[in-house]
Amino acid sequence: MPTIRIPNPLRSYVRGQTEVPVQGATAGMALEDMLTQYPAFRPQLCKADGSLRAFVNLFLNGQNIRDLRGLDTPLGPGDILNLVPSIAGG
Amino acid sequence: MLPELSREEILRYSRHLLIPEVGLDGQRKLKASSVLIIGMGGLGSPAALYLAAAGVGRIGLVDYDVVDESNLQRQVVHGTSMVGKRKVDSARARLLDLNPDVEVDIFDEPFTSANAVRIANPYDVIIDGTDNFPTRYLTNDLCVLTGKPNVYGAVFRFDGQASVFDARVGPCYRCLFPEPPPPGLIPSCADAGVLGILPGTIGTIQATEAIKLLLGIGSSLAGRLLLYNALDMSFEYVKLKKNQNCKVCGPHPEVTALIDYNEFCGVPGVFHDIGSAGKDWDITACELSIQMKTGMAICLIDVREPHELAISWIEGAKNIPLGELAGRLAELDPANEIVLFCKSGSRSRGALELLVSAGFRKVKNLKGGINAWAREVEPKLPVY
Repeated sequence: MPTIRIPNPLRSYVRGQTEVPVQGATAGMALEDMLTQYPAFRPQLCKADGSLRAFVNLFLNGQNIRDLRGLDTPLGPGDILNLVPSIAGG
Repeated sequence: MLPELSREEILRYSRHLLIPEVGLDGQRKLKASSVLIIGMGGLGSPAALYLAAAGVGRIGLVDYDVVDESNLQRQVVHGTSMVGKRKVDSARARLLDLNPDVEVDIFDEPFTSANAVRIANPYDVIIDGTDNFPTRYLTNDLCVLTGKPNVYGAVFRFDGQASVFDARVGPCYRCLFPEPPPPGLIPSCADAGVLGILPGTIGTIQATEAIKLLLGIGSSLAGRLLLYNALDMSFEYVKLKKNQNCKVCGPHPEVTALIDYNEFCGVPGVFHDIGSAGKDWDITACELSIQMKTGMAICLIDVREPHELAISWIEGAKNIPLGELAGRLAELDPANEIVLFCKSGSRSRGALELLVSAGFRKVKNLKGGINAWAREVEPKLPVY
């Protein structure tokens, strides 16, 4: 089962969890599964067309899925997706 | 022609001179070089201290704020005796005490599209130590348009990010984050908190990257983003590539001059009344107190995190953390007068926008949050 790692600034949308186990054969399906589990997260993370908002990136094994096949990027069962939002604190 | 080192400087920098990658020539390079640090807060403090100690010849400091007691938990360049003083003056005094041989320029002004080119022009490397999205996009675009490396760092609670954005050789900040988050989605450190040591770690990494760039040694973070988690003590790297659709460094740029970054980020300017949702939506602590005393039925909603209730609370308030609010709207009755509050008014402004977009009309934001309530109505409560 793939996992999506949730960084600190976005954990309040997934009841404080650091990781969300998801089902799906692609990055997009995994994302959709997480957003079905936590519907209030959807408008924060996705645009109306379902694509990721531009302040957040999904990395698979250190590579941005935008540089792979986007939301169609295939996932293996043990894969970990890293959600990386922009943060501004200094 | 690089400047010579004096006998005193040779002694001061002897541990550098012993490293073959630095040596006498490297130290002379540092003496001839310059770094601009934007923001003299959690990131800028350690960066400035280490760059001054390392003998970077000219250091510029930009910050328009004054030292506050709540800064001292992490902004280590400032001391208790400097509370209330301008940050740039406080930092300059500390840096010159640490190393009188460096030149410290100070800019006691907000960093804006109007002054950024003038301020940054003389410097070789820019360090982004700011605490807000508009200045981060401004710093990025400035560096892209003027061909300077942007040594980036950002922090949130226990999480840190660092990279070197140099559009001449790799991606820029906009390649990674083409747009900022919706206002209020990612809280600031003032609202969410930050482990004091965290910007120490990230700011020190920024200083390290700046020194490497100035010396031309090692592999910089260009093309990589460091993700640091202090709780797990994990350092991970992800690869960054140039974004061909980047609006500032891509092949068909739309941004060819500095723009209005507050407008771009959808946030008010630096002189905006902090903690306000606009006069039609605000209620002051005094007004709220009077309404409550007259027996008016008000539904007080505290949108802070549960652990903040241990610091201060208002009698009768119901706690619904901002992150849970969208899923708990059914607990609120739109027929009631609702007043939302948080620590200082910014999270409750986001909560107000959420309620209004969900059709609530009788809703107000406690201007300045519970801290304003503590100052104006209930002085026994602490301000934090």
